[in-house]
Amino acid sequence: MKLRCEVNGQAIEADVAPRTTLCDCLRDHLGLTGTHAGCEHGVCGACTVIVDGQAVRSCLMLAVQAAGASIVTVEGLADGEALSPLQEAFRKHHALQCGFCTPGMLTTLHALLSEEPAADEVRIRDVLSGNLCRCTGYIPIVEAALEARAHYAKKEKSKQELKTE
Amino acid sequence: MRLVNTYIGRPIERVEDFRFLRGRGQFIGDLNREGQWHAAIVRSAVAFGRIVKIDSAPALGMPGVHTVITAADIGSPIPTIPFRRKNPTIAPYAQPIIAPDFVRYVGEPVAVVLAASAELAEDAAQEVVLEIEALTPCVDWQASTAGTPLLFPGTSTNIASTFTAQCGDAAAAFAAAPYTHRERFSVQRHTALPMETRGLLAEWHAGDNQLTVCGAAKLPFFNRRAMAGMMGLPETSVDYIELDVGGGFGARGEFYPEDFLVAFAARKFGHPVKWIEDRREHFTAIGHARQMDAEIEIACEKDGTVTAMRGIMHADIGAYVRPNGMTPVRNVIQFTAVPYRIPNLDFTGHGVLTNKTPAGTYRGPGRFEGCLFCERMFDIAARELGIDPLDMRRRNLLTAQDMPYTLAAVAPDDGFAETECDSGDYRVTLERCLEEFGWEEKRALAGTLRDGRYRGIGVGCFVEGGASGPRESARIDVAADGNVDVYVGSSAIGQGIETIMAQIAADALEIPMDQVRVLHGSTNYLKEGFGSYGSRATVMGGSAIVLAAENLLKAVRDLASQKFGVAPEELIVSAGVAQTRDGRSMTLAQAAALGPLTGEGTFSSDKRTYTYGTAAAHVAVDPKTGAVEVLDYVVVDDVGRAINPLTLHGQVVGAAVQGFGSVFSEELVYDAGGQLLIGSLADYQIPLATDYPHIRAVTLEQFPAPHNPLGAKGAGEGGIIPVGGAVTNAIASALSSFDVQPTDLPLTPPRLWALIEKARAAKTT
Repeated sequence: MKLRCEVNGQAIEADVAPRTTLCDCLRDHLGLTGTHAGCEHGVCGACTVIVDGQAVRSCLMLAVQAAGASIVTVEGLADGEALSPLQEAFRKHHALQCGFCTPGMLTTLHALLSEEPAADEVRIRDVLSGNLCRCTGYIPIVEAALEARAHYAKKEKSKQELKTE
Repeated sequence: MRLVNTYIGRPIERVEDFRFLRGRGQFIGDLNREGQWHAAIVRSAVAFGRIVKIDSAPALGMPGVHTVITAADIGSPIPTIPFRRKNPTIAPYAQPIIAPDFVRYVGEPVAVVLAASAELAEDAAQEVVLEIEALTPCVDWQASTAGTPLLFPGTSTNIASTFTAQCGDAAAAFAAAPYTHRERFSVQRHTALPMETRGLLAEWHAGDNQLTVCGAAKLPFFNRRAMAGMMGLPETSVDYIELDVGGGFGARGEFYPEDFLVAFAARKFGHPVKWIEDRREHFTAIGHARQMDAEIEIACEKDGTVTAMRGIMHADIGAYVRPNGMTPVRNVIQFTAVPYRIPNLDFTGHGVLTNKTPAGTYRGPGRFEGCLFCERMFDIAARELGIDPLDMRRRNLLTAQDMPYTLAAVAPDDGFAETECDSGDYRVTLERCLEEFGWEEKRALAGTLRDGRYRGIGVGCFVEGGASGPRESARIDVAADGNVDVYVGSSAIGQGIETIMAQIAADALEIPMDQVRVLHGSTNYLKEGFGSYGSRATVMGGSAIVLAAENLLKAVRDLASQKFGVAPEELIVSAGVAQTRDGRSMTLAQAAALGPLTGEGTFSSDKRTYTYGTAAAHVAVDPKTGAVEVLDYVVVDDVGRAINPLTLHGQVVGAAVQGFGSVFSEELVYDAGGQLLIGSLADYQIPLATDYPHIRAVTLEQFPAPHNPLGAKGAGEGGIIPVGGAVTNAIASALSSFDVQPTDLPLTPPRLWALIEKARAAKTT
């Protein structure tokens, strides 16, 4: 089946089987291997991507269901070669070790903090409880998220200022 | 400008992070080759049985299916997976790389489907019809040690090996002791669970007679040797290539049946063959760990001086002896009592075969278990003797005067039988931990009921062995621009060695870190290497780099000496530049311009390092549900010298959280028929972000390692080792009014609730 959608700001077209998951489509058809398949049954969260602003498990969504959607993967989080503030915070706090769960952690947190830049630690932990990490014990991931909030709050503020203008 | 020691000891942010954060890591699943076939493994659904017939015809008729391989295609005899350590009795129990006649666990490979895509291969794998005559399985060690049925024809026992570790005269000490106590413990079967499942991509280059296996981890050089032997190829005809690895923790990277099967298919059919394990098969296929029962006895003076310990451990090692299947068994008997000066020891450990997935190592193998046994015994004995459990530890912990402290030797000798604690004063980390934890302030809380929950505090003291020998090698090549490539035999399993090794190399050469690139693990980099296991990479690989750097700088000195016509010792070599007294100089780049410039180093050591430490836990137990909240957890260890405090801290905290999973939730449950009841990550509960937010880790550098140039001790596993002991002691402290003494893991809420209810009932009757 033909799939047309937008991935990381680019219009794409792919020919996928009806049963192909969005995760496999991104990885195998579009070469975006930053999205990782950790369990393929929707528990680990490594495959999380952002579909129309929502964090979604790409292993539980069929590629064809993404027709017309706007998708952001880990490859689309930074602007150019520089790390995004969230990615910078991950590095600073040593919020990744093996790096396998990291793409899903980043997309999940990016979706959360874009919506809720004031999310507190309890909220962040609650949302992250759907993403498994076996290396870090989560503590540095939460620290990184808390630090990155300032950037999202700034973005939110400038968005609101634009609106009021 | 002197640059010595600008990097070692600093919390340098990792160089690996750039690619991981951008989604540019290169994991095995990300790798594809033109014309590749995909493999799916057909696995036994029967725990123990005789293969009657394998009908591949329905699968072969499916679209996209190239072929199906069974034992008949491999030829006779079916190769078995070699062991990593010598042992006189385990040979009959090695795992054949595919089941030829019997299946002995659910998940054992029986056939391999090769197809045009992973989906088609998986579809077809379900259509391969296995006719297996089921036999009565042994699903626990008690049934298995009875020896009926024998799991392997031609053997006389289901006990693959029995180890002993003895010193002094335990029997005499027990006979003379004023206080003795015996207790039974158990640890459940669980597993390392790396977030990336296993995977391989093998290619056969017929023209060069060369096999390349991508997806190596942990010990590529051992696996190459194993593969070459089984394939009948010279070792130089096999390359194991390491990519990014999504977590290891002891389980990933061992030689598994799939290593051979995927490579065999690539060689036989001339196509690259790719296999990625799915999560469900991961649970049945990757090494399990930890399942062990123990009967432990302690003998003390009235003042808490421990005069003897003894015990018998039965480890359920599953259906075959895997390459490192005996490591936990030999470790638990050698290390159970180790932080303490106990003159009389007598431990026996049996590795018992059962019809379950074969077991191997998981972070802190045998040590997590042993620490639980020993630390619980200390608290139980202290309670019965009416003495402070901390004083009892102070009285018995090894001190600087005891060093080096020879441990009870393990028999049979597995090549690592004799060892000694290298340096330290084990009271140091105890006292520091108590201080960080605020033990004195929290002491009054122990056993009290606050807001409906009982509070408790507990400690656990531990040692962590590191720097497994015998050797590691490194080579440093200088490029024309003066940048250096550092090749090291250690492998990356997510622990950040590209950063750590670059720090070490940059300091040793006195050059900026951004001039250093680290290449590791793959067998095509060096003639010999060992890898990353037993907390060895930093010490062994790092020390090899130090030696390689020394040799490289010596070469630069010699080149400059020739060029400038001065004696080598007249030159000053600093910041990577050789200089004469009159100001003539030669940089690394200038030296490299004269010809290939390389320094090689091999660090050999049979002396292990012993990081030591103490953990303390503060818990709240809800008696209505059995749920436990960890309110505070502090672990303090002395690692001799920390190369990168940032990554070390991450290792310790991450390992501690893994330990909480071991204590509270993770279990690979089997039914009486040998069926694994765990099929997904929803069934197998590893810690979540909401579970254990309060963990603190403090690293000391009090007693450097005496046997390596870095002074560093292997570290990282130490985070997990004391969790069982410290947390169960805290739970016992919380429930002291009921005298609940937890001895069996995991302490799930229902299990702890049942213990509380039982204790309540006993109290009222």
